[in-house]
Amino acid sequence: MMAEERAAAFTRRSIKTSAKLEGLKLVVSMMDLTTLEGSDTPGKIAFLCRKAIQPLDPRYQVPSCAAVCVYPNLVRIAKKFLEHSDVKVASVATAFPAGLVPTKSKLREVRDAVRDGADEIDMVINRARFLGGEYERVFDEIAATREACGVAHLKVILETGELQTYDNVRLASEIAMRAGADFIKTSTGKISPAATMPVTLVMLEAIRDYFYETGIRIGMKPAGGIRTAKEALAYLVMVKETLGDDWLTSALFRFGASTLLNDVLMQLVKVADGNYQCADYFSLP
Amino acid sequence: MWRRKPNSSQLAIVNRNGEANSRPMTKRRLDFGERWSYAPALEANSYIKLRNRYQLFINGRFVSPKSGQYFDSINPATEEKLAEIGSANKEDVDLAVKAARRSYKNVWSKMPGRERGKYLFRIARLIQEKARELAVLETMDGGKTIKESRDIDLPLVAAHFFYYAGWADKLAYAFPGRKARPLGVAGQIIPWNFPLLMAAWKLAPALACGNTCVLKPAETTSITALHLAEIFQEAGLPDGVINILTGPGETGSALVNHPDIDKIAFTGSTEVGKRIASVTVGTKKKLTLELGGKAANIIFEDAPIDQAVEGIIAGIYFNQGHVCCAGSRLFVQESVFPNVIRKLRDRISTLRVGDPLDKNTDIGAINSRAQLDKICELVDSGLKQGAQLVQSRARLPAKGYWYPPSFFTGVTASHRIAQEEIFGPVLSVMTFRTPEEAIARANNTPYGLSAGVWTDKGSKIFKIVNQLRAGVVWANTYNKFDPASPFGGYKESGFGREGGRHGLLPYLTLS
Repeated sequence: MMAEERAAAFTRRSIKTSAKLEGLKLVVSMMDLTTLEGSDTPGKIAFLCRKAIQPLDPRYQVPSCAAVCVYPNLVRIAKKFLEHSDVKVASVATAFPAGLVPTKSKLREVRDAVRDGADEIDMVINRARFLGGEYERVFDEIAATREACGVAHLKVILETGELQTYDNVRLASEIAMRAGADFIKTSTGKISPAATMPVTLVMLEAIRDYFYETGIRIGMKPAGGIRTAKEALAYLVMVKETLGDDWLTSALFRFGASTLLNDVLMQLVKVADGNYQCADYFSLP
Repeated sequence: MWRRKPNSSQLAIVNRNGEANSRPMTKRRLDFGERWSYAPALEANSYIKLRNRYQLFINGRFVSPKSGQYFDSINPATEEKLAEIGSANKEDVDLAVKAARRSYKNVWSKMPGRERGKYLFRIARLIQEKARELAVLETMDGGKTIKESRDIDLPLVAAHFFYYAGWADKLAYAFPGRKARPLGVAGQIIPWNFPLLMAAWKLAPALACGNTCVLKPAETTSITALHLAEIFQEAGLPDGVINILTGPGETGSALVNHPDIDKIAFTGSTEVGKRIASVTVGTKKKLTLELGGKAANIIFEDAPIDQAVEGIIAGIYFNQGHVCCAGSRLFVQESVFPNVIRKLRDRISTLRVGDPLDKNTDIGAINSRAQLDKICELVDSGLKQGAQLVQSRARLPAKGYWYPPSFFTGVTASHRIAQEEIFGPVLSVMTFRTPEEAIARANNTPYGLSAGVWTDKGSKIFKIVNQLRAGVVWANTYNKFDPASPFGGYKESGFGREGGRHGLLPYLTLS
């Protein structure tokens, strides 16, 4: 109950002028520009990658996005498009989005994606086992995936829309962090509700407790459902006031989104130039 | 539960691009610094029309005080003079009470409840219409943050009028089998911490029940009550139904001592409350008192700690701690004490202290110099008696009255800061070991206004709350107000209830 009130309080912060401009740029730099459609082709990935490298005309000094997030089959293609940039390639893996295949196949998928050039792996936890109370097996699978990742970053998707209660979200966060997650992530984007502010707050609080306990900073990625610049700024406020300044970096905070980017850019141009431009001025990813 | 793999935490440390993640920090402190600082976001106040002089509101008109004397109203955030306020003396009190008596006899007590209700509904709607303007005024006059005056005070003010408007034509059903009659003229004295809200708490039920009122706002926060008077005029409220007298303590004293008052309702300090009780005893005047508090907020080890920390913050730092039901004594079960303190320490460093008109300000100005002195004096006594002070390092503005959010650890029941109401953003933290001890310590106070309990165990909540000697007990939340919910104290926190159906009783005789 208090989590919802606290989360709502962050939305009432008033972010204006210079703070808005700086915040919006930060949001862009934290974005995992995502396409996870069955219809994704190399052509579509080209659009996405180019947009991620340079979201807006250079005179606005907008940073690149943090990463593009694609299916494993498209990792090689994305890697090629992003070769000379700082934008990372993230790949969903482990039988995204349901995760209901044998662990062996999941690990092979992860290894293949890393071999193809994925810098980051977004895995899903086995919600069926979690809700069945088999926490050790959930833990073991995450730990095994961690090993399969090698040097690649591991983001662990809890799919909070299926876990439903805050207690579950909190417990799943702890399991994921202890099993070796670099990031914990709310959702696949395939289930509604996806990311919400109270759920993200509960996960940030779990990250805080883990930091207090171990000194290790785990990253956070809300994904799905964040579509407007205003919402994104509220998330930033929440991160700043829950975990502090250290987390205000793409190394520790990401947004999983696609439509969000152009709304952020539109607001950014408004703050910089003083007037709104219509959507046609912003290239589609 | 699940086992910890020996190498798993090391794996988590491997982080290629996250420099911060590359080594476990030995100093595990969160950094709430200046990276991405919020730009000023000031609520506009240029359209606010303050008068140079505010007069008394008697018999539907603004009139000069008989003494011809005025006192200054100061903006506590800037120490600048906002306006001059009329100072009412005995003569003014007499005029106001006569006007109230006349309108009671001739108009208000004869009016059907349904008609009285219409006026109250109209007032409520006008308050909603002017809510933003009133919120800005409340913030300028009293120092509370615009965030709170806009999102809490004003919505509740309107809600109180709406709520009691609904009762006006249903009094016959409020207390089945008994006939309800109004008392007559009510003298009402309110404090400076929630000026408009306290006016609403007093006026709305009194009017709904058919009484007429003479209201005396606190000396430091008179302005919004007089803007409320303009709303009464605009609503066409019959002359004399509400009269508003501003002034110092002597004005209140003259009101309390006036022979033709049927009812005194006072919200304020226990000290003044006791004096009022002693002069009204043996008279026809009915009395309700809502006085000080030193509420226990009890955190059990099985509480959701992050939520409880939010509850602690809401309990003590809401309205700069100028809240009679503030959770000013925190009792933490020993097993979770270090964890709670660490979180509380980090949390208070995120509270933004400063210009109350900035929409991002969490802690506004202390209401007056006198109150600031009182807070400082009690904090000094805490230090002298050996308690440890933890204070936010928030930068305070150069002008105005400010106190940073603070808490004391190492407090025992024998410390003054554990016994006396500080009425500021200062919390006294104590520990306990068992539920029995928590109850005993929570009840170990002459006050009994409110309390809070934090645990995930439902059965424990019911067991504890039934043993707490406090008028309001919040479980897993704090400082929640609703017009439908009665509010009032045990012991030296006063008697009588405001809000809800119970809030009608002090303004009725039942036969």
